[in-house]
Amino acid sequence: MGLTSIIFWGLSVLAIVGALMVLFSKNPIHSILWLVSVFFAISGHYILLNAQFLAVVNIIVYAGAIMVLFLFVVMLMNLNNQTEPQKSLWIKLAGIISGGMVLLVMISTIRSAADLTGKQALMNEGDIGLIANLGKVLFSEYVVPFEVSSILFLSAMVGAVVIGKKD
Amino acid sequence: MPIQYYIALAAVLFCIGITGVLIRRNAIIIFMCIELMLNATNLLLVAFSKMHHATALSLGKAGNAGIDGQLYVFFVMVVAAAEVSVGLAIIVMMYRNVHSVDINFLNRLKN
Repeated sequence: MGLTSIIFWGLSVLAIVGALMVLFSKNPIHSILWLVSVFFAISGHYILLNAQFLAVVNIIVYAGAIMVLFLFVVMLMNLNNQTEPQKSLWIKLAGIISGGMVLLVMISTIRSAADLTGKQALMNEGDIGLIANLGKVLFSEYVVPFEVSSILFLSAMVGAVVIGKKD
Repeated sequence: MPIQYYIALAAVLFCIGITGVLIRRNAIIIFMCIELMLNATNLLLVAFSKMHHATALSLGKAGNAGIDGQLYVFFVMVVAAAEVSVGLAIIVMMYRNVHSVDINFLNRLKN
């Protein structure tokens, strides 16, 4: 077992444990911190796949900006274990069973898919994830969606200000 | 690494997100589970992009094959950031009105 597969399994276990702890933490702050650890594990996967630009952007945008925003909102509302609403046990059980059923269907599908057998994801090499190549394609072929996304950001900003305004 | 491992990992993370949306009542946790599902699909897009690149390399015409998947991830992150800003504004507004983030208080649209 090479170093790559050891890192792969370590990061996968970290991601899955973190995702489960997001669900089962009673305190919302702990959920957020576990979700940050999941994002770091996914960034590690990106580095392993040599998608360096996406790894850095994932840390900056998700772990850095979005989760800090979540943390601010939770601290603003002063949520803690006592105010945490709980669903009844039966609804929880039904949710876990239905989520597990979806997982079962997906896993059995990909196990039996003939198109996927023998396909490998290229690890540690290949230069399509480097910032120069991504930038060249982004500003030549995808320049119109890039500009449209700036309009989306502007409308989201205006929407957030309008919704959050005291009236 | 075989592509099935990546698909399985992304499927597990996605289903944990689905389960979280189903079993929690806190609106912020539900929102975080949606982020988790978005990240699972991002991981899958990057893995498939590298798989496509590996197939193109073995056929001898590599170039930029598979780069579109990674640009898609970039745009998914853009949309997620915009979505989070509006969604958290809505949650803060809801907390200001009903002093709770319990989604069971949100059923007054029902009648």
